[in-house]
Amino acid sequence: VNLADLAAVLMFVGVLAYAIFGGADFGSGVWDLLAGDARRGGHLRAQIDRSIGPVWEANHVWLIYILVFLWTGFPEVFGAMMTTLFVPWMLVGLGIVLRGGAFAFRKFSSTVREARLHGIVFASSSVITPFFLGMIAGAIASGRVPADGSGDIWTSWTGPTSWIGGTLAVLTCAFLAATFLAADASRAGDHRLATDVGRKAVWSGVVTGAVALLAALTLELDAESLASGLHGRGLPLIVVSAAAGVVAIGLLRTGRWAAARVGAVIAVAAIVVGWGVGQYPDLLVDEVTIDQAAGARSTLIGLVIVFGFAAVTAVPALIWLYVLVNSAEWSAPEAGRSEH
Amino acid sequence: MFAVDQLLAARYQMALSLGFHIVLSCIGVALPAMIYVLHRRGIRDDDADSLALAKKWAKASAVLFAVGAVSGTILSFEMGLLWPGMMSRFGDVIGLPFAMEGIAFFVEAVFLGIYLYGWGRLRPEVHLRTLIPMMLAGLFGTFCVLAVNAWMNAPSGFRIDADGDVVDVDPLAAIFNSALWPQFLHMWVAAYAVTGFLAASVYAVGMLRGRRDRRHRIGFTVPFVFASIAVVMQPVIGHVAGLRLATEQPAKLAAMELATTTESNAPLRLGGVLIDGQVRGAIDIPGLGSLIARGGFDREIIGLDQIPDDEQPPANVVHLSFQTMVGAGFTMIGIAAWFQWRRRRSEDPFGSRWFLRAAVAAAVLSVVALEAGWITTEVGRQPWIVHDVMRVEDAVTPNEGIWISLAVVVVVYAAMGITASLVLLSMARRWRASDDLDLPTPYGPDAPPELVESRS
Repeated sequence: VNLADLAAVLMFVGVLAYAIFGGADFGSGVWDLLAGDARRGGHLRAQIDRSIGPVWEANHVWLIYILVFLWTGFPEVFGAMMTTLFVPWMLVGLGIVLRGGAFAFRKFSSTVREARLHGIVFASSSVITPFFLGMIAGAIASGRVPADGSGDIWTSWTGPTSWIGGTLAVLTCAFLAATFLAADASRAGDHRLATDVGRKAVWSGVVTGAVALLAALTLELDAESLASGLHGRGLPLIVVSAAAGVVAIGLLRTGRWAAARVGAVIAVAAIVVGWGVGQYPDLLVDEVTIDQAAGARSTLIGLVIVFGFAAVTAVPALIWLYVLVNSAEWSAPEAGRSEH
Repeated sequence: MFAVDQLLAARYQMALSLGFHIVLSCIGVALPAMIYVLHRRGIRDDDADSLALAKKWAKASAVLFAVGAVSGTILSFEMGLLWPGMMSRFGDVIGLPFAMEGIAFFVEAVFLGIYLYGWGRLRPEVHLRTLIPMMLAGLFGTFCVLAVNAWMNAPSGFRIDADGDVVDVDPLAAIFNSALWPQFLHMWVAAYAVTGFLAASVYAVGMLRGRRDRRHRIGFTVPFVFASIAVVMQPVIGHVAGLRLATEQPAKLAAMELATTTESNAPLRLGGVLIDGQVRGAIDIPGLGSLIARGGFDREIIGLDQIPDDEQPPANVVHLSFQTMVGAGFTMIGIAAWFQWRRRRSEDPFGSRWFLRAAVAAAVLSVVALEAGWITTEVGRQPWIVHDVMRVEDAVTPNEGIWISLAVVVVVYAAMGITASLVLLSMARRWRASDDLDLPTPYGPDAPPELVESRS
């Protein structure tokens, strides 16, 4: 196996995990924004607190994982990306700070007014952050990030692919989150909420699918290299994604929340992997390949070892966390819990 | 001129982001151990007060760790946004400890989630033990981050060939550079001092306001003892950290000591500022400078006269911040000793209001020492970002308008710092008002009606 490819794949594992777990996390904030006033939205917001409260910090470590793998394995690409895409990365950073802070502050608010203020910050930054992450992905996918970091600080990330990428990112997050929340609510015994969120999942899934078609068209015109990769190697993954999305929506309509969640995850995972496969072997599309960008060999070996270390430390811990969060006992509302 | 301004803005932004995060990261590193002690007393000795403290601290840490997590995330962005020159050139030399730190952060975030939501859901013994991986992650994470910072002071694990390319990269040699161990220990122990004094000061304030119940005494004593042990160790570790400077970073040492001329039997210079090349207002203790920095009166200390002008750090900032750190450190040792003396001599160690005021001052001093020490090492390395290898102006982003992002960071961090403080104060107020440790959220199906009614 080519060492540089291996390091890139390990980094991409982070992209995939962040798209799913970080995506569902962001998406919860999207529904929080749309949940209505304190009385009407209270049920959903309490469920969002329960669903992402224990996992949100871990979910966002994936972004740090991606960045450290990128700057360690492919340092010049990291420098180039951060220089050309200074503005959207700064906005993403801002969004992450506001979102995490406000989410924690809201939970401990003393009045509804305070909670509303923190809630608005949390929820609106949950929309803004994935939007700019999608724009960044669009900039790279359409070959607008030069290898030497000399790209225009505005136009590099405001092309058609970036706009559609940002939109698709927000919708995907919302779709994932709604399927996750429906399953969580149903496990907690709140079937009315599950049905309600399940409906949101269905229509956001349909809209996401429609925008994905629009995105495919945009790529044909604006990101030819990626588009041609998707016609070839990436095609099976696109088919899988579309099929899984249709199945997930069908399952949602019949109220099979847990199964629908699996379908939604497959749909999103397939499209993300499709993006990676489609632009391979380029790291920055049309600019630099994985091989050209790779840093020192000894360091790439080190990265593989670090990944192995993570696989025996962080990953089992992460799995335990997700198992706990998805257990019946942890799903129940907090009221009436026994103290120890 | 404009380019210089960009550099200054980038340096301010990094300084602000790090100066903010460093306090929260200390709490993240050290608080789990203190909660562990309380939680363990709570379940082993069936001590309701200790258990209640552990539970409150866990809730407070949910707020503090959240702010710490997001402000840490920003730093990883800023490494590239502000210093792409360094990351592009040396990312593969010194990136690996960052990758390992990412894993440590993962472990910490996962177990934080399990611990915070584990109350009443996990078996008590299992629940208690979830704090241990958090402590270890704090230890390992500190090691990783300080490995990078130490490398910037003592770069190793690579070679620059005739074409100016970075070759022969050896990531292990980069990690285990000559500055690593003392710098890592100095920071890790500092985390316990800062967190301990900060936590204890909350209860010192409470006792000053007349709340002298058992819970306040435990809440004070446990973190204060942690901090006391830490603060006594710091001069020794710090001294060892300084020993390498005379040979490896003489400019930093000269600035710290305000040594204008190269001399053996160099004085220890207390206070003073450098104005037009002349030291004003300092108290000199002959010979002590050489003895402390180099281990002998006759040893030479290189002065600023032997450092080229364009390789000198701003001596006054470095000197005054260094002496502020040392002064604050010894004052804290005095306050810690006072507590031990009172515990032995007095029936009620908390009987003296002056002692309680001193304990509050120790919390302020601990943060002052932390920031001052960090300014000493960072500003003392200037103008280099990687000592003797890369200057900050060669690392900074070519992008313009960094003043704008700096302004945004100033506003957002000020807002976040104030909000976090207000939320913590409001939590404390509600805990005083009622015995219910679970703070109900004012929204959701279980929201108490009086909270929902209060909306306007």
